[in-house]
Order: sequence, then structure tokens, then C-alpha cells
Amino acid sequence: MTSRKITIDGNEAAASTAYRINEVCAIYPITPSSNMGEWADEWAAKGLPNIWGKVPEVVEMQSEGGASGAVHGSLQGGALTTTFTASQGLLLMIPNMYKIAGELTAYCMHVAARTVATHALSIFGDHSDVMACRQTGFALLASGSIQEVHDFAVIGQAASLRSRVPFLHFFDGFRSSHEVVKINELTDDDLRHMMDDALIQEHRKRALTPDRPVLRGTAQNPDTFFQSREACNRFYLECAAHVTEAMERFAQRTGRRYRLFDYVGHPAAERVIVMMGSGAETAHEMIECLAAKGEKVGLVKVRLYRPFSIDSFMAALPATVTGIAVLDRTKEPGAVGEPLYLDVITALREARETGVSPLKKDPRVIGGRYGLSSKEFTPAMTKAVLDELDASKPKNHFTVGIVDDVTHTSLKVDPELDIDADDRVRAVFYGLGSDGTVGANKNSIKIIGEETDNHAQGYFVYDSKKAGAVTISHLRFGPRPIRSTYLIRKATFVACHQFEFLDRFDVLELAVPGAVFLLNAPFPKDKVWDSLPLEVQEQIIAKKIKFYAIDAYSVAKDTGMGTRINTIMQTCFFAISGVLPREEAIAKIKKAIEKTYGKRGQEIVKRNFAAVDTTLDHMHEIKVPAKPTTARRRPPIVADAAPDFTKRVQAVMMVGKGDTLPVSAFPFDGTWPLSTTRWEKRNIALDIPVWDSEVCIQCNQCALVCPHAAIRAKIYDPDLLAQAPATFKSTDYKSLDLKGLKYTIQVAPEDCTGCGVCVHICPAKDKANPKHKAINMAPQRPLRATERENYAFFLGLPDIAREKIKRVDVKGSQFFTPLFEYSGACAGCGETPYVKLLSQLFGDRALIANATGCSSIYGGNLPTTPYCSNRDGRGPAWSNSLFEDNAEFGFGMRLAVDANADQARRLLKALSAKLGGNLIQEILDADQGDEAGIARQRQRVDLLRSDLAKLDLPGARQLESLADYLVRKSVWIVGGDGWAYDIGYGGLDHVLAMGRKVNVLVLDTEVYSNTGGQASKATPMGAAAKFAMAGKDLGKKDLGLLAMSYGNVYVATVAMGAKMNQTVQAFLEADAYPGPSLIIAYCHCIAHGYDLLYGLDQQKRAVESTLWPLYRFDPRRIAAGEPPLKLDSGKGKASVAEYMQNETRFRMVEKINPERFRDLLERAGRLAAQRFAVYQQLAGIKVPRASTGGDAEQPTAPAKD
Amino acid sequence: MDLSTTYLGLKLPHPFMPGASPLVDKLDVVKRLEDAGAAAIVMHSLFEEQIAREEWATFRHTETHGESFAEALSYFPSPEKFALGPEEYLDHIRRVKSSVGVPVIASLNGTTLGGWLDYSRLMQEAGADALELNVYSLPSNPDETSQNVEDRTVEMLKAVKEAVKIPVAVKLSPFYTALSNFAQRLDEAGADGLVLFNRFYQPDIDPHELTVVRTLALSDSSELPLRLRWLAILAGRTRASLAVSGGVHTSMDAIKTVMAGAHAVQLVSALLQQGPELLVALRREVEEWMEEMEYRSLEQMQGSLGLRSAPDPTVYERANYMLILQSWREQNP
Repeated sequence: MTSRKITIDGNEAAASTAYRINEVCAIYPITPSSNMGEWADEWAAKGLPNIWGKVPEVVEMQSEGGASGAVHGSLQGGALTTTFTASQGLLLMIPNMYKIAGELTAYCMHVAARTVATHALSIFGDHSDVMACRQTGFALLASGSIQEVHDFAVIGQAASLRSRVPFLHFFDGFRSSHEVVKINELTDDDLRHMMDDALIQEHRKRALTPDRPVLRGTAQNPDTFFQSREACNRFYLECAAHVTEAMERFAQRTGRRYRLFDYVGHPAAERVIVMMGSGAETAHEMIECLAAKGEKVGLVKVRLYRPFSIDSFMAALPATVTGIAVLDRTKEPGAVGEPLYLDVITALREARETGVSPLKKDPRVIGGRYGLSSKEFTPAMTKAVLDELDASKPKNHFTVGIVDDVTHTSLKVDPELDIDADDRVRAVFYGLGSDGTVGANKNSIKIIGEETDNHAQGYFVYDSKKAGAVTISHLRFGPRPIRSTYLIRKATFVACHQFEFLDRFDVLELAVPGAVFLLNAPFPKDKVWDSLPLEVQEQIIAKKIKFYAIDAYSVAKDTGMGTRINTIMQTCFFAISGVLPREEAIAKIKKAIEKTYGKRGQEIVKRNFAAVDTTLDHMHEIKVPAKPTTARRRPPIVADAAPDFTKRVQAVMMVGKGDTLPVSAFPFDGTWPLSTTRWEKRNIALDIPVWDSEVCIQCNQCALVCPHAAIRAKIYDPDLLAQAPATFKSTDYKSLDLKGLKYTIQVAPEDCTGCGVCVHICPAKDKANPKHKAINMAPQRPLRATERENYAFFLGLPDIAREKIKRVDVKGSQFFTPLFEYSGACAGCGETPYVKLLSQLFGDRALIANATGCSSIYGGNLPTTPYCSNRDGRGPAWSNSLFEDNAEFGFGMRLAVDANADQARRLLKALSAKLGGNLIQEILDADQGDEAGIARQRQRVDLLRSDLAKLDLPGARQLESLADYLVRKSVWIVGGDGWAYDIGYGGLDHVLAMGRKVNVLVLDTEVYSNTGGQASKATPMGAAAKFAMAGKDLGKKDLGLLAMSYGNVYVATVAMGAKMNQTVQAFLEADAYPGPSLIIAYCHCIAHGYDLLYGLDQQKRAVESTLWPLYRFDPRRIAAGEPPLKLDSGKGKASVAEYMQNETRFRMVEKINPERFRDLLERAGRLAAQRFAVYQQLAGIKVPRASTGGDAEQPTAPAKD
Repeated sequence: MDLSTTYLGLKLPHPFMPGASPLVDKLDVVKRLEDAGAAAIVMHSLFEEQIAREEWATFRHTETHGESFAEALSYFPSPEKFALGPEEYLDHIRRVKSSVGVPVIASLNGTTLGGWLDYSRLMQEAGADALELNVYSLPSNPDETSQNVEDRTVEMLKAVKEAVKIPVAVKLSPFYTALSNFAQRLDEAGADGLVLFNRFYQPDIDPHELTVVRTLALSDSSELPLRLRWLAILAGRTRASLAVSGGVHTSMDAIKTVMAGAHAVQLVSALLQQGPELLVALRREVEEWMEEMEYRSLEQMQGSLGLRSAPDPTVYERANYMLILQSWREQNP
């Protein structure tokens, strides 16, 4: 049988099969399954046919709920249909899954199993999502390896066609979906062999068609539903046999034989583990190893979990078994045990009752949890579980892989045990996302996997930062198949692609004695050794490590590669790892470069070739002295001043050792403190801005546009300068109303990402040397220490009282302390300046509901989070519920705030007699329209508290707990366009229609940014995005106009780069408006494909070209007899074409098909002109003031604060 | 009236054609040009520097953020046909070639020898009937001598001539110290034509913003005399045919250039202003004038007022500056 070897990840393996055996694919992006849909879309766009010669239709829906509705309809229509999803997406599909199963529909969906959000969101893998589908009536088929993912995708569908039971085929998110290995590809003929034409005909015959009409989806009553429901039993009873049949047919064709339950281990095993998914591969490895030594241990890999075949399960167990440990990769709080455990117990019991049990005696059964959220599952853990079965009093409902020092569920694991084979190269690479390390490693795996007989495996660990992201690649190569579904623990090769990492991570921890270490060091070869911190020197000496270094950045610079060092480091790897002969390896690297980039441009190929060719001359083996030569130790991870929790918990996470933290380290309900990014000094900027006070015009634009709050403005009393560090800069503050103060622009040197946006926007130029502005970029390293000190002093200066800022505009707003700082967002991010502005204007009284997406990741992803509190301890109270429900979530916050405020006012009135004086009435009547009003109200509430303290009444205690609600709160609902335009639109629409005082901020990047650039309904005409590869040919949805149609919603569009003051004004008006408000903010994004340094320029072009008109629709203007819509921008210099030609997302379309692009460009221009004309007309329309209620004159609901 | 001419070895019914410009980016304009009788279509230049920059920039913008973040291994679709590099231009040559019957002259601005060679070959393969090498560089480096600049161009031309079979013209700027000698060297190196002259973007200063801005104004007839002079000086001295580019707006402008020695007359600004149909009028007016003046053919007129046959050739040389200055003084005491 000829079968191609391919080196792919699990997502591609699943999609490759599913795509070829289906006709329709309806999807919605969700990590970690997004790539399956993207592959399908890409293949469809390339015109790749399925096995019947038809190009499947791939459609992106507005949510997984929508996708599963479309799937259901398509199945009812008779098409072979599939979808790919995970986690929350799978949950949204459940209602349709019940229907699809209830109607006995042949269908196989593919799930990259991922943690369901509970106390926190997690994008990583476990079975909590799949386990939530047990009741739907779907068959659940589990893959453990990438080969299985590829194979089970067709076995599942074949069995479904025969059994009519729909299948959910799943594999572990990330560990399987993203692991790259070499597998045997299924040919189209293999797939044809599995897909029975007659069964497909039957599937089509069951379709709804007016030519043979039937009716489904009836409503049934107590008289019939129950019996009807039981009518499907036969199909479930027969399902397992159909799966066995499909597996057998598959084995005959491919030689790969699977069973419903596969047994591995000693034929006379006494202790057996039962589990499913990728962890079973690791257990397989360990158990084979133990069984080979004669230990009577075994493993049952569960393939078909539902319908659960007791007979097959029992048949898989050796009769000798006396102890069974069942491992569940999920948690069901409050249950007797986790699902698989319960099933095994029940199966054993029933088997005994019915006499099908081969077991000589009733085995001991224990259950435990492992691997939640991709927690490692290792051979040592397997061993720990087996050992537990031998214990005299084994723990039941144990956990393995963590230390539970609270309820003591965890098993002890031998930290030294490792069985990774010695005949394998085990290589670990530390890199930066932007240096291309992962890409090059994937490439190396392909080279080794496809060009040699070796087996190859790669798995990649990413941190959750979007700027300066660290990647760790784990690569294994060897002559035998690789089942090790865990990270490398003993590496024969370690590469550190960033010198700075030596100060942050223990990169040699994993190196075995005699390992090879490759370091990218920006020093001449004779200076490398001395530049290492002591800890690294000691390890190199102690472990007798062979040490090589290269100054890859200078090679990259000299060959025109910029900061892209990946091919250079890859060449070094091949040269010293010995996986392939040097010359052969270099030839293959070049071949791969040509293959990858040849079409994209010879320039890329040329530069990469030059880099490869010059690399080896610059790589040197570094002589290791007998003793360390430095006293320099690694710096502490966090400053000594950090809070205890940060030092004890977060600092451990920062160095990548979060796995070692015990249960007791964590809050039990997911509540975390604010203000923690300030302790994570990442020093990722190569250059930082430096202020020139002489040139500065004190406009504060730099501070406004900074995405990371890393450049700030402050005004303060001159006397305070007495304590200033010598290099601290200061100048007289130029202002009419606040005279005699000093002014400083200060950079946070260790938090800046070096994006340069502040310098780019700076309007002040030195007249004699206009190249020199009021801020200019300069190398960070030499400035780090002094600016760190200056910044600390700056932060210590008191903030000006908010009420003293009379004009809250661009300049004034920047004297308010940002309560959102140093997030992990991309360098130059277009979203975060708006979020930061929100935090400055309202943060001390804001509640923020944040939809899942980029803003929830940079807003809430551990180890540290950017929202922070001010000196009074006030700050944004932030939470992320889900992706789809964010408007409702924020709306709920408003209901609670109003309820609490109402109750406080009620109590206040009730206690007024006791409290006396004017204070009560003043509080009740307070004007909190501006900062001064709010400050006065806070003072009143303070007075009230002291008065209340004197009252010994229950009402007083209650009021004390609610008194803060007497100060106006600002509820913000924040999310991206994927949420607002697509998945959350229904909820957003409803919330806007409710008339309550909530503020919505849509961070519109015109694409799903967080999941990798899939098209949304905000994607503009002519832009290429995933699922709109040829360029979107429909216009962007006009969300603002839809909201305006209610008449009582304040609506504004903003684009900071075009009109900064209009942005500030819109935020202030939105907060002040007594009803719902919606701000749609233009956000440039890396998914637009250009240097974000120019993001604000592009914003300006978007506005000038009328693609993004600025306006504010304020229903209050109706009462004044004015048109409610005010256009804040007009047609300017820039054209639609000029705007588009600067971004890859449009340029790509032009390059693919210039004719089509010209057409799209013309239509986009026309559309923009038409839309603008509509706004112009609206801006001239005065709405008559209605005489009675229900009009648009006032918000429908009264303001509650 | 026989207006036929031979330019780059191509036998053309008359010398009028659009010069290199974005005019030909749109196929419908190309068709209109052909309908208006354009003798050939000269395409806008392919800039090697721009291609290299865009390739690199796109690579950076699409690749740098990829493989960095667990939720998004990439941020763009990867369409198979998304070819950077010269594909877009080559495709356009193919499209223009298939939609018109007249010769198509591709234009190239290279920065490296490899670029000049590769792209020349590709343009030939795409169907170009001739090439116009747009030699454009601004030697601001004080270490670079005029000899370097000229040698490099000559070497490049030789290499391109070896690489392609189609005729090759060199489009020059007027900023050479010894243009006659340089033209001769290009001629010897095998140039099939010389195009006089290139027009460049020029800098301007925005005193309010303290920035330097780029400008490109359309030409007018005042730019013609410089070209007339050099056409006249080179007329009859080179094997290479001569084309004029820049400053031809009227039929009288055109007639002058032919008299000075042009074999081809390229128009851009005039066509941008008056549309492709200007070619019809131009040709008719030239024809009428020649008939009135009793010319037999264009050939008879070609180069008649060149340096070699002009009644007072010294006017073309340095002295004329003095003369004009003196005559002006005489008129304005």
C-alpha cells in the first residue's frame, strides 16, 4: 500500500480527512480548533475537491450556535456536513446536537477538546467540553495520537453513516491539535474505501425535499414523547458494532487496527489504567516500558466512549486484573466521581451481574483527575497512578500532576523519573515569537520527518503576551515512533535565541550532562563566556555542556534579515546537532526556504540564503573554563517592594514555573488583585522615547496614544523637585489656569514596547533640526537604570486633583492617571489607547464587562494583569464572562449597581431623621456631572460614613455597605467587532434597546484579531481575511446606523489618529448621556498587515477618505431643536485607494487578482460615498419633538444614578 | 502622407505613442490608446526597488506576528496565488499584449544587476516586444564618480542585451556630464534606442510642517528645448534610434522633435490632460502641416535640423546661452 508520509499537526490531520469526505462545512473560529476551519477554507479557495470531485462549501457563521444551526439545516437538506469547534463553541452547539441526534442524522464533527471556562477562561486542552455533551445522544470517539486523529475522522463518519448515530470525534486541544508529527496520509482511495456509496445515498434519501416531502421537528405531548424517544434505542444498541466494523474495514485497507477499547501492556496485568485522549499515549509509553520489565501492568485506551460498550470494555481487560485506576481529564464538582470513572464502575457492576465479566475477582477501582487545561501528564505520573493502586489504602478521587496541599487529593510523583528514549534527539529552543523560532522549528521537523526515515515530533509552548512573546519549542527526532505527549524534561540540545532570557529563565535546567547549548549572544566570541550570569556558567561547567554561540543579530543585520534570526539559528542547529550531515542539511534548509517563500518573492529567498550561507562562519564553540568567571547573578524576578502575593505566586508564574505552585497558593473563586503588570518588568523595547523639554509644546498627544501607558505626563509643585534624581527632566508648565507648576513627560523604560507611536505622533520639531522632535527614540539598555529611577520618582509625585483639570481634552485627560497599564497587547496596538483613555476618564468609578477576545486576553491573562487602582484604592472592576454574552453581562452589572444605589437612597431617606442636617438632601440631589461634582459627592459620602458610624441601627450598617453606590458609577461594556457585530450582536441590540445607562465600547479591528484574522461582519469591502481570502465583496455592517435607529442611543464613531479631541469628547458625552451609549472605535491591528508605527496615519486616511466617518449622534440635541447627528469629519485629502494601498489585507487582494481588486476598490469607494451621503443628509435632519411619551426626545428609562 | 518611422527596429506607421506612465494601468485606457492610433504602448516602469521592498515588508508584516501566540498561528489567509514580486506587472504585460495589436514596450527600473537581468528576461517571456530601461538613480554619494555611474549602466546594458532577444532602449536623464560620449558608449554597447529624457519626482518643502514633500507636476512645452538640443546633437550619430519624452503637447512640438531627430515621440502629460484621443488630432495636424509644407514623408523631415544639417549648428551648443542673454539685454536696455 503506498501512503505518503506527511508531517502535520492534529488540526490539519483532522481537517484533511473531514474536508475530503464532506460537502458542506459551517464553522466559527475558536481556539484551538480554528485552524481546522481555516485549512478547509484555504483548500476550498484553492479549488481542492473532495473525494467525489466537488469543492466543499465552507462558510463562516456568526457564532457556533449559528454554525450548528447551519449544520443541522444542511444535514436535513441531505448534504454530508461537518464542523470543527471546541469548548464554549461546543457548548453553544449542544441544543442542535440534541436535535441532530434525536433525528438520527449521519454526521461527524471534530472537536479539539478544550477547557470550559469556570473560575477562569483557559484556551488549553481537557475533556470538560466534550463531557458536557454526553447527554446529547452523540457518539463520542476519542483520538490519542495525530495518526489517530487523521484516521478516526473517517472511521467516525463511516460509522455514523452506517449507524445513523451522529459522532463527535475529539482529540486534546493543543497537545494533539497543535503537535506536529510524521504520520501516514490517508489517500483519497483509502477514504473512498471507507465511505459506502449506498449509505450516502440513504443519507440523501432522508433529506427534506419538496419532491418527497416529510415533516420533522414536531411538537409532541405527554402521550407520545416518551415512547417516541425510546424508539431510537435500537440504533444505539447497534452503534458500537458499526464502529467495530468500520475499524476492521479500515484495518484491512491500511494495516492500522483499532478497537473500541485498545489494551496495551502485560497479558496478565493486575493493575490497569483506563483513560482516553493524548494522555493515553504517554501512559502507553510508560506501561510498555514497565511491562517489558515484567511488571503486571496494563492500559485500556478508550476509543468509543459513547455509546459505551460494556462487552467490549470487559473483553479488553485481562482476566487477571485486580486494580483499575480510571483517569478523567475533567472535573465534575459535587459528583460521586468523574464521568469515565462512573462509567467504568457501572460497567464492572453490570458485567458482573450479567456474567460477561472475565475478571476472576472484583477489582479495586479508583478514579482521579489529571491534565486539566493542558496540565502535563508524564510517564512519572502514570507510574504514580499505578503505584497508588498498590497502596494499602489508595486515594480515591485523587489528582495527579499538581500539589494539592488543601484537600490533599494529589499523588506523589517522582520528579526524577523520565523514560524519554536515549536514541532520540531531544531539543528545546527558547525564542521570541517575532524572531521566527517556531516557524523554523516546524520547518526542521518537516525536513527531518519528510526527508529522512526518522520520526519527528514538535510541540510549542507560547506565553500569553502579544508583544515580546516567549516561545519554547520541544522537538524530538528518532528512529522509533514517538508517543511522548509531554514536554521534554531531559534535553540533549538546548538553544536560547535571546540572550536576555538567561536573566529571566533557567534555560539549562532541562539540559542533560553532555548536552549541546547554542546561544545567540550579541558579543564577540571571546566576550560571550564572561557575559553569562553565574548560574548559567555553573551549569555549563557542572553538566559538561558543549557550548556554541553566534551573534545572530549581526548576521541577520548584515544579510538584510532585520531581527529575523530563525534561519540562522536553524542552520546552527543542523550544523551542531548532527541530525543530518551538514551539507545535506543546508541544502534542505534552502530547499525549504525556496518552497516557502519562492512565490512570495525572490527578495526573501535571497536574504535568507545569504543568512544561511554566512551563518557557520559566525558560529563558534566557546571554550568553557574550569571555574566560573563572574559573580553576576540573575536579577530578582520582581522588585522587593512587590506585594507578597506577587512575589510568592505571580513571580513563580513569570519564570515559567507555575506548575510547581500548590493549590493553597490560589484564590478559590478566581478573584485576583489589580495592579500587577507593574511588577513584571519585561524590558522588551530595543529603543525607548527620550523627552526633550526644550522642544516640547506640552500637547500630551504622546501620552494619549501610547498603547501601554508607558509614557506619561504629570504637573506638580516645583518644591517636589528637591528630591528628584539628577537626570530627572522638568520644565515650567505652560497654562493659563494652573500657573507655577512644573511639567514632565516621563517614560517607563522597562514597560515600553518600543513601538515608536508616541514619537511618530509628536508634532513638535526642533526648528534648527526638524528631524529632532520633542521625543526621540534612543537605545534602551544604556538608559534603563537612570530612567528606572526617574520613573520611580515620577510615579511618586502626587497626581493633580482631578477636579483641578478644567478642560478634559487630549491634554487635560492625560493628567488623569491611567488605570490600565503595561498590558501584554501588541507593540503599537490600536485598541489599548482607547481602553487606557476609558480608565483615565472613568476608571475610578468604572465597572467593565469585557467580551472574550484580544481585550480580555491583554486585560486578564495571567500571570499579571494591567488594570490597576489609584492611590485611593479605586479602579476599574473588571470581568470577562463569555464571548457571546458580554452586553448582557454588563447590563446585569448596571442592574445591580442601580439596585444597590436605589437601596442606598431608600435607606438614606429612611435614616434622614436620625442623621439630620442638609447632608442627606445634598447627597440625594448631587450634581455628579463632572469631576468636581463627583469629588464633592465622595466627600459627602465620607461625611455620611462618619455620621453612620455613630448610629447603632441595622439600617446604618446596611447603608454603610452601600454608601459607595451613592457616587455615580460608570458601566462599560467592552469588546471587539467579532463580539459586537457577530456573536454578541443579538444581545448588544437588546441591551441598547433596554434604554438603561450602559456604555458600550466596540474596539473595531474589522476582523477577529485574537483568533488570527478571520472575517467578521465588520470586515470592510476589499479586505482579505480568513474566510474572505479573495477579498470581502460585501460592505461593512453599519453598526452605528443600526443603533441610531432606536433614537434613544448615544452613538459615536471615533478614530484617535484622525481627531483626538473628538475621541475624548465622545467618551465624555457617552458617560454623561443618561441612556445607553455606543462608541465604535477604529483600531489598527497587526491583522491589517503594516507597520503599526503608521497606525494613526492610517486612521486619518480612513477618516479622510470617508471610509470611517466620524460622528456623534446625541438624542439630547433633539430637545434643543438640533439634528441629533453631528458629522465630525468630511472628505479630506486621502482617497480610498491611498488608504487601501498601505495595508497588506487589501494589497493581497490586488496581488491575487488585480481586476477584481479594481472592481472592489471602485465599489468600496462608491459605498463609502453613499454611506457618507446618508450621514450628511441625516446630519441635516431635525427630528420633531413629539408631544407625548414614547418619543425619541428622552431616553426611555430614567437615569438611575 | 507617409508618416512611417522605425524605432527600436520596429516598423511603425507613425512616431506617436504614450510614454511610460500609469496611463496604461487600465486595460480600457490601453484599448482607447490603440483605437486612437498609438503606434506602440509603452508600459509604466517596474521598479525593482519597490518590489524588493514590498516583498520584504509583506514578509515582515505577515510573518513577524505569526507563530507567536497560541490562539493565532497566523493573521492572514495564505492564498496560493498571492505572488509578490513582478507577477502583477508581468500579468499586466500579458493582458495588454492580448488586448492590443501594436507593439508593447515594457519599462524597467532596476537596482541590482541581477534584477535588471531577471526582470528583463521575464518581461520578454511575458510577451513584451521591446524593453525600455529606465536608468534612474541619483548619485548623492560623494564617493561615486561619474565614471562609476556610466560604467555601471553600460555594463548593465551589455548584460541585458545578452540576456534578451528583443530590442532594448535606454531612457536617460539629462544629468550627465558628457552625455554625447555616454550616448556613444551605450550605442556601442548595443542600445537599440535612447529615450530623452526621464522626468523625476522633485522635492519641495512644506515650511509649516517642516517636512520635505514629493511633487510631480505635469510637463508643458517649455521642457521641449532641452530635449530638442540633445536630439539634435545625437541625431545621425548613433545607430540607436531616438525617442523624445517630455514636453510634447502640440503637433508643432512633435514636428520640432522629429526635425531634431526623433524616431519616436512619446506623450504622457498631454494624454493625461486631453485623453488618448489627442493622438488622432496630433497625427492629423502633423499630416496636414506636412502636406501644406509639401513634405514627401516623415523620413525626409527626420533629423533635418540636427546638429549635422542645421543651418546654424552653433545655436545648439554652449554659445546660445550667451546669445539669448545678450539679445534680451538689447531688447531691455
